Amino acid sequence: MNEKDILQALTQVFHDVFDDDDIVLTPETTADDIDGWDSQAHVLLIVAAEQRFSIKFRTAELESLKNVGHFAQLIQTKLGGR
Amino acid sequence: MQQLSWLPTHPDLSGAIGQAKRIEDPLQRLHEAVKLAAHQRDFTLTARLDKLAATGIAQHAAAARLTPLRVALLSSHTVDHLLPAIRVAGLQRRLALSLHVAPYGMYRQALLADDPALNAFAPQLVLLALDAHDAPLQLPLQASQAEVDAAVAERVDELRMLWRRARERYAAQVVQQTLVPVAPPLFGSYEALVPASPRAVIERLNGAIRAAAREEGVLLLDLAWHAAAYGDGLAEPVRWHQAKQLVSPTLAPLYGEHFARIAAATAGLSRKCLVLDLDNTLWGGVIGDDGIDGIQLGQGSPSGEAFLAFQRYAAQLARRGVILAVCSKNDLHIAEAAFAHPEMALKRSDIAAFVANWEDKAGNLRRIASMLDIGLDSLVFVDDNPAERDIVRRELPEVAVPELPEDVADYPARIAAAGYFEAVSFTSDDAERGRSYALNAERKAALGQATDMDGYLRGLQMVLRVSRIGTAELARATQLINKTNQFNLTTRRYTEAEVERMASDPQTIALALRLEDKFGDNGLISVVLARPDAAIEADELLIDSWLMSCRVLGREVEMAVLEVLADAAAAAGWGALVGEYRPTERNGMVAEHYPRLGFEQRPAPANAPTDASFWRYELASRTPINHHIQVQA
Repeated sequence: MNEKDILQALTQVFHDVFDDDDIVLTPETTADDIDGWDSQAHVLLIVAAEQRFSIKFRTAELESLKNVGHFAQLIQTKLGGR
Repeated sequence: MQQLSWLPTHPDLSGAIGQAKRIEDPLQRLHEAVKLAAHQRDFTLTARLDKLAATGIAQHAAAARLTPLRVALLSSHTVDHLLPAIRVAGLQRRLALSLHVAPYGMYRQALLADDPALNAFAPQLVLLALDAHDAPLQLPLQASQAEVDAAVAERVDELRMLWRRARERYAAQVVQQTLVPVAPPLFGSYEALVPASPRAVIERLNGAIRAAAREEGVLLLDLAWHAAAYGDGLAEPVRWHQAKQLVSPTLAPLYGEHFARIAAATAGLSRKCLVLDLDNTLWGGVIGDDGIDGIQLGQGSPSGEAFLAFQRYAAQLARRGVILAVCSKNDLHIAEAAFAHPEMALKRSDIAAFVANWEDKAGNLRRIASMLDIGLDSLVFVDDNPAERDIVRRELPEVAVPELPEDVADYPARIAAAGYFEAVSFTSDDAERGRSYALNAERKAALGQATDMDGYLRGLQMVLRVSRIGTAELARATQLINKTNQFNLTTRRYTEAEVERMASDPQTIALALRLEDKFGDNGLISVVLARPDAAIEADELLIDSWLMSCRVLGREVEMAVLEVLADAAAAAGWGALVGEYRPTERNGMVAEHYPRLGFEQRPAPANAPTDASFWRYELASRTPINHHIQVQA
C-alpha cells in the first residue's frame, strides 16, 4: 500500500469510529482538528486501525503519534511491502 | 476474532447503518437499529448502532415496547468504551438501558459517601466491575494458605458491605464481576500449589466471591470464566497501560452481551423455550426416508455420538427449566415414533409441544407459542437448515434463531455461547417446569375429552396452597413477578430486595400460591401483593400486583385467589380491596379481570396514569365465590 491508499483506508477508519462521513484527512490533521478526538477516541482509533490493517502497535509507539501523516507513516512501516 | 458467532452476518452492515442514519423519524431509526443489531458486528459498528438508536431510546422507549432499566456501573477500570456495546446488547433483548458511570476507581466512595449523582440516578441494577489490579492483597509469596484465606476473607467482607449498601440504599440488584487473572504465572503449572502465587490468590478470591454472592443474593458477571474462554484477547496489557481498560475495545460487543444478558434476565426477558428441528438436528438422516434403524444416533459412530451429545445437552437444559418443543417437517406419527429409538436421550415426554406437519415453520412456531401460552420472544429455534433459519428470521424477528456451526458436535457450545437462557435464580420449580408444561398438554387433552367444563374442573382435583411470601418463596415469587407479561394486572417489576421489603411490612398482604392437581404439582403459579396507599381511602387496600402463570389459565384459580385475599384483608380489618389495571401490549387478557370478579369501577386516584382503571370490592357485603378448588392455608 502506498501513502495515498493508506490515507484513504485510514479516512474510512475515522468515518467509522466517529460515525461521520464528512471527515477529510490530510497528513497535517491533528486531534485538535476533529471534534471528539479525545484520549478515549484515540484508543478506539488505534484499535480500529489495528483491525483494518491487521497490524499491532507497540505501547511505546502510541505515545508519539503527532498527526495523521505520522500515523499513516507508522502504518506503512508496519505493513512493510504489503 | 470471531465473537457473537451465533448471529448471522449482514452483507453490508456499515452501508446499512449509513442508510438508516438518514431516516428522519427517531422511532423508525430505533426500529432499524434493533433490526441491524441482530447481526455480527465489531466494536465500531456496534458504537454506530448505539448512536443510531440513541434519540429513539430517549424519546420513544415505551412506543418501541422497550423495558427501561437504570444501571450504575461502579468500576476499578475504564468502562466508557464498553457502554455502547452494553446498550446495543440490551436493545437486542428489548431493554432500554440508561447507564450511570461513577468516576473510575471511585466505586467505594460512590456507595459509601452518598454520592448525590448516584442518589439522583437511583439505580435498579448496580454492577461492581472490579479487577485484579485493584487493591491487591499484600502477601509475601511464601504466605501460608491460612494467611491467604484470612486476607481473602477480609476483602470479601468489604465487598459484602458494599453489596448490602447498594441493596439497602437503592433496593438495587447487585451484579459482581469476578476478577480476571491478569498477572502471568510465576511457576507454570506449579502455580496453584503455591497458596500466595498471583494466580492462586485470584482463584481463591473468585471462589470466595462466588460463595458470598450466593449467600447474599448477588448475581455474577463471571468475567474470569469468559476471559479463560477468550484467552489473552479479552484483557490486553497495552490497553491497560494506555487507558486503564481491562477489557479490550475489540471484545466490547462480547462484554456488552454478557452483561446485558444478566440485566435482561433480572427484567424477566430471558428466553424460555428451545424449539428443535428433528432430521439432521436431533439425529443424522431423515426419519421418513431412513426409518428408525437407518438414522444416525448413539454410540458406535462419531456422528451418532455427536447427535446424542446434542440431545443430552437439550435434556439437561430441560432439567434446569428450559421448555422443549419440536417443530419439524414430518408426518406426526413417524416423527413421534422416532422417539422409541433405544439410543434417544430425549424422551417424547420431555417435549412440551410437539408439532410435526408439512406446513411452514413460522406458522408452526406461532402455534407452539400459543400451545405453551408464551410469547414468540420466548422462543429459540434450532434448525440445521439455513434456508429455514432465514425464513423464520424474516417472518418472525421476535424468535431467536442462532446461526449454527457446520458440525453438530459444536451445537451445544454454540447454544451455550448465545446465552439465551441466562438465569437469575434456580429453584426446584425450574427443575419441574418441563414436566409441568408436558402435563399441561395432557390436561388440554383431558379438556377435549370432558363433556362439560364443570366435570373437567372437578375432575382435576385442584388444591391451592397459600403462603405469605417468606424466605422460601422469595426467589420464585420474584422470578414470577418479573417474567409474567400476560396475566399481570399492573406489570410492576420488583427486585428480590424490594419484594422482601414489602413482604416484611405487617400492613402488606403478600401471597404466594401453589396449585396441585391430579396430574402433579404446578409449583408456585400466582403472586398477589396488596398494600395501603396514601392516594386511596384509609380503609382501602390497594392490589399493587396480581399476576399468574398462564399455565393454569381457565381453571378458576383467580376466583380462589380472590377468596383468599378477601378473607385475609377482612381479617386484618380492611373495608375494601382496590384493584388496578394498567394496560400493556401484552396483558389484554386481564382487561376485564376485575369486573368479571365483581369489582365495581371507582374513580382513579390523583396522579394515576391516564390509561389505568381502578376497581373496588366491598369486603363486608361480599358473597361466597364459587369455584372448584380446595384452598389450604
